[in-house]
Amino acid sequence: MVTSVNRVAIVGVGHSKFGDRRDVTLPELGFEATKPAFEDAGLTPRDIDFVSVGISGVWYEDFLPAVVVSEYSGLAGKGLMRCEAACASGSAAVTSAYNMVRTGASKATVAIGIEKMIGVEPLTMMEVIGRAGYYLWEFHNFGMTFPGYYAMHATQHFHRFGTTDKQLAAVAVKSHKYGSMNSNAHFQKPITINDHLTSRVVAWPLKLYDCCPVSDGAAAVILASEDLARSLTDSPVWIDGIGISSDTANMSKRPDYIGLQASVTAAQQAYRMSNITPNQLDIANVHDCFTIAEIMAYEDLGFCEKGKGGPFVEDGQTEMGGKIPVNLDGGLKSKGHPLGATGVSMMVELTRQLRKQAGKRQAAVKNGLALAHNVGGTGHYCYVTVLRS
Amino acid sequence: MTTPTQKTTTNAKPITFNPEMATRKLSEFWRGLENGKIYASKCRKCGTLSFPPVADCSRCMSSDPEWIEIEGEGEIETFTKIMIRPKNFADHSPYTVAVAKMKEGVKVLASITVPDEGKLKIGAKIKLITKKAEAGSTYEFTLQ
Repeated sequence: MVTSVNRVAIVGVGHSKFGDRRDVTLPELGFEATKPAFEDAGLTPRDIDFVSVGISGVWYEDFLPAVVVSEYSGLAGKGLMRCEAACASGSAAVTSAYNMVRTGASKATVAIGIEKMIGVEPLTMMEVIGRAGYYLWEFHNFGMTFPGYYAMHATQHFHRFGTTDKQLAAVAVKSHKYGSMNSNAHFQKPITINDHLTSRVVAWPLKLYDCCPVSDGAAAVILASEDLARSLTDSPVWIDGIGISSDTANMSKRPDYIGLQASVTAAQQAYRMSNITPNQLDIANVHDCFTIAEIMAYEDLGFCEKGKGGPFVEDGQTEMGGKIPVNLDGGLKSKGHPLGATGVSMMVELTRQLRKQAGKRQAAVKNGLALAHNVGGTGHYCYVTVLRS
Repeated sequence: MTTPTQKTTTNAKPITFNPEMATRKLSEFWRGLENGKIYASKCRKCGTLSFPPVADCSRCMSSDPEWIEIEGEGEIETFTKIMIRPKNFADHSPYTVAVAKMKEGVKVLASITVPDEGKLKIGAKIKLITKKAEAGSTYEFTLQ
């Protein structure tokens, strides 16, 4: 019987090194995230009621990768669910684990986000992810790619608002700067505006340094009910607001390409549930699978006006110390984007930021509010989560 | 002296899928393409015009479409040139894909033949035409 609605806290976080992880199997990679998450929470797998695994890939040797990952982390026998929402699968897993605690069905749950992508030949991976639209009408005859979809948005954003290549480069330079300070990041090397501008074109107008890498990685968060959380820690981080939306599979059925409607809708829901406005946020992680995606995210999430995302990043407003620091872990662009891991990785980073454990990448925390924005496909799915310390 | 590197990975057995895709409910559309015509579907109950065409209306849930020919005049809304191609397109030259708004009101995503890249821009007039291909008829844009 549901008697009341429970608050849900993040009480443990763990994160593997992202990058080329062909040195470990999928479950071994998962273990690198779950073990530190349990240690951080002061819990063991025996304390967990329910496990959700965010994983998007269809290329694994195992048909049931969630089961393999769960068993290896000592979680066999628990309630188990694989969650798939493309690049937002991690947030879908967090949402499922959250719901189990929220309804009172569970006291403690774990959400694991994981993906291994590098073992697949690169043009085959380009093919699989290029099918992240409507295969029959966009891929079968026309060969759309994932960079191509975001490139179509960049083309229209450039045309409508005068957004420039140099502004895209500013996003990439910022991401790599913070990535170089994150020992878990795939790329830990700063780049220059010129490195970006002279890189090869992948899908015009997007260049190599506009695109996040294909990566391997895992992240885990342990969620607990309020009474359990208070018994475990003095610094729980609450999942305070969630917004979820989606959009048409067909790009041609959308009214324009200057933003992602799913981001706008999900953000409005999350702000309403948390009863906050975007200017109260101390920090955000946004879904920068491509540089143009980060610029559109600033606008869609209400950090700046529609069309002003380019100048916003160029002016340093999303740097540490700016109006709202964004992606101080290097973002998808530099930290890497193992699809299913990404949403959970955002929660790990923002939990550490709100606990003031982010070291030299620490943002100023005034209101104790952080936002995670996790997009699946080209706005096909969107999850926005507000965390509160 | 170099020491031989020890192999630390092994490959799983390969697996291949190429699922069959049903064409029955849109057979008039596919037949139209063979005859040089491009149809949108129009719901007879609520009047919604759809492209890509649909047999079942997602607005009013009725399943009674009529077929409206798209004459082919439209304007480019956005485009990209795909340089890094997926596996099944790896032997193609780089190609351009656009979304155009058609005179009838629907939008279409398709490849576009671009003889002069300087003329490719948002707002440019295009023509949507059918195209015979070995694997079955399709459609594409040409710049006007």
